[in-house]
Amino acid sequence: MPRLSRRIFLALALCTASLAQAQLSIEITGAGANRIPVAIADFQGENVAARVVAATVRSDLERSGLFRLIDTTGAALDENSPINHADWKSRGADALAAGSVRRSPDGRLEARFRLYDAQQAVSLGGAAYVTGNEQLRAAGHRIADYIYEKLTGERGVFSTRIAYVVKSRNQYLLQIADADGQGAATALTSTEPIISPVWSPDGSKLAYVSFEKKKPVIYVHSIASGQRHIVANFKGSNSAPAWSPDGRRLAIVLSKDGNSQIYSVSADGSGLQRITQSAGIDTEPRFSADGGSIYFTSDRGGSPQIYQVGASGGEARRVTFEGSYNVSPRPSPDGKSLAYISRRDGRFQLAAMDLASRQVQVLTDSHKDESPSFAPNSRMILIATEVGGRGVLSAVSSDGRIKQRLTVAGGDVREPAWGPFAK
Amino acid sequence: MKKLLVPALLSALIVGCSTTPVPEDSAPVESRSGATTGVTPVVAGGLDANGLPRELTDPKSKLSQRSIYFDLDKYDVKPEYQDLVAAHAKYLNANRGFKVLLQGNTDERGSREYNLSLGQKRAEAVKRSLNLLGVRDDQIESVSLGEEKPKNPGHDDSAWAENRRADILYRAADGRGEF
Repeated sequence: MPRLSRRIFLALALCTASLAQAQLSIEITGAGANRIPVAIADFQGENVAARVVAATVRSDLERSGLFRLIDTTGAALDENSPINHADWKSRGADALAAGSVRRSPDGRLEARFRLYDAQQAVSLGGAAYVTGNEQLRAAGHRIADYIYEKLTGERGVFSTRIAYVVKSRNQYLLQIADADGQGAATALTSTEPIISPVWSPDGSKLAYVSFEKKKPVIYVHSIASGQRHIVANFKGSNSAPAWSPDGRRLAIVLSKDGNSQIYSVSADGSGLQRITQSAGIDTEPRFSADGGSIYFTSDRGGSPQIYQVGASGGEARRVTFEGSYNVSPRPSPDGKSLAYISRRDGRFQLAAMDLASRQVQVLTDSHKDESPSFAPNSRMILIATEVGGRGVLSAVSSDGRIKQRLTVAGGDVREPAWGPFAK
Repeated sequence: MKKLLVPALLSALIVGCSTTPVPEDSAPVESRSGATTGVTPVVAGGLDANGLPRELTDPKSKLSQRSIYFDLDKYDVKPEYQDLVAAHAKYLNANRGFKVLLQGNTDERGSREYNLSLGQKRAEAVKRSLNLLGVRDDQIESVSLGEEKPKNPGHDDSAWAENRRADILYRAADGRGEF
């Protein structure tokens, strides 16, 4: 195709874009030390639908690295069946779930289940979800979230979504997928780089940096409608957006006065305020969980290090001291730790700092980790890394024990962002 | 009519020359008039494919050297580039209607966002050097491409050294040029 007409075509594709369906595949490379043994009996009722739901629940729990699946062969149970707890206890199960997927009179599908503590021989409750054929996996994720929360005491993240950028040939695809990598959809296609996607706290929008105007410009993009607007397009670079916890403002980085400095702006692009004042580089702002302060990267001390400043500015305090390159700060949603990328012996690795004790732990042994992003329950951290010269995503538990790898066939994956809890 | 023709011509000119990215949009932040001097520069010896004077691209001319290389994590212009910067400053001072776009780049290692800022610092450092030699602010725009547009796609020391770079792109008073 002649270059000019190809450009026009691509420019059109930019606006709508739901092209390639590059699918993520997941590989688990580690597991927790004490996995909870749990039995998920085959779901009864509508044959195919029941199998999809049970398989989703099982793979979610197993992938988390916190559960060990107990064989349920021969058990024909649903949510109303009497349970022989002693039998399940002897099979080694701490917990058992049984359920069904049945068609209601109006034609919709209902997924029901009940969870039992086999050790204590008591019910841990249950739920019913009305669903359709397209949402069977979503129903499975919600059941897995219920089981996860009952058995670990923490909210599950199986119903959340992730965003990331795939570079495939000369195209950049901003994609959104379920947390298990399934159901990938392309929100934006461009021939120019897309970087730094971040989810709005309500999960309805993404802010990101696109080079489609031949320079970095910040956009906010409504996922359902595909509508997007420019938040910042000043002279120089516009980059590194980060949402405030209330979703009203964005911390951004502008180089309009020469070097990169941190500003804040309303999500509609109005009300620009300067946050930092330095002669060096200030970038990568992220709000603390309580919204009261901003962590950022600065080279004001001679090498890139992480600092913290009040959300409306003031004196900045240095947070990292070890090494000559600590960047990309990401405070955990529970406010307890700070994930970042640390260069050690020329290798770029994911590190986490306990904010109370200031203890630092390096969580990976890779060489090119980038762009950490916490799961909304603070339990896992999603990063971009490189394996065999290709960009892949990796999810690492916050203690470093559990690792999952997500790859896309025929493309480089980078710039991951884990979305908030589903409503 | 003329406005429509220029981008179309540019696109036609770069067919078969995929190594030089030529933006299709004009930079939005500066006026294109270049009419402040009241003088239209006349160039002897013809123009190159981008409509620029040959001395800007002739390999025998110092002005054809457009890249300034940087050390890891650094953004100071090293002394060995003084002559190169001085030659461009001299040309821009003599041709006030000409503008330059300074593009800062980094190698692929480390944070993309930090690299975007680092590339900006590199472009700014070159801008400051030109400013000190008398080039006016309205002749210069500095931008960063960070690590996003590596000139050398390799993953070794020599590729990284080639990518830690600021490039000088020219645009003539009549709007024709490399950006």
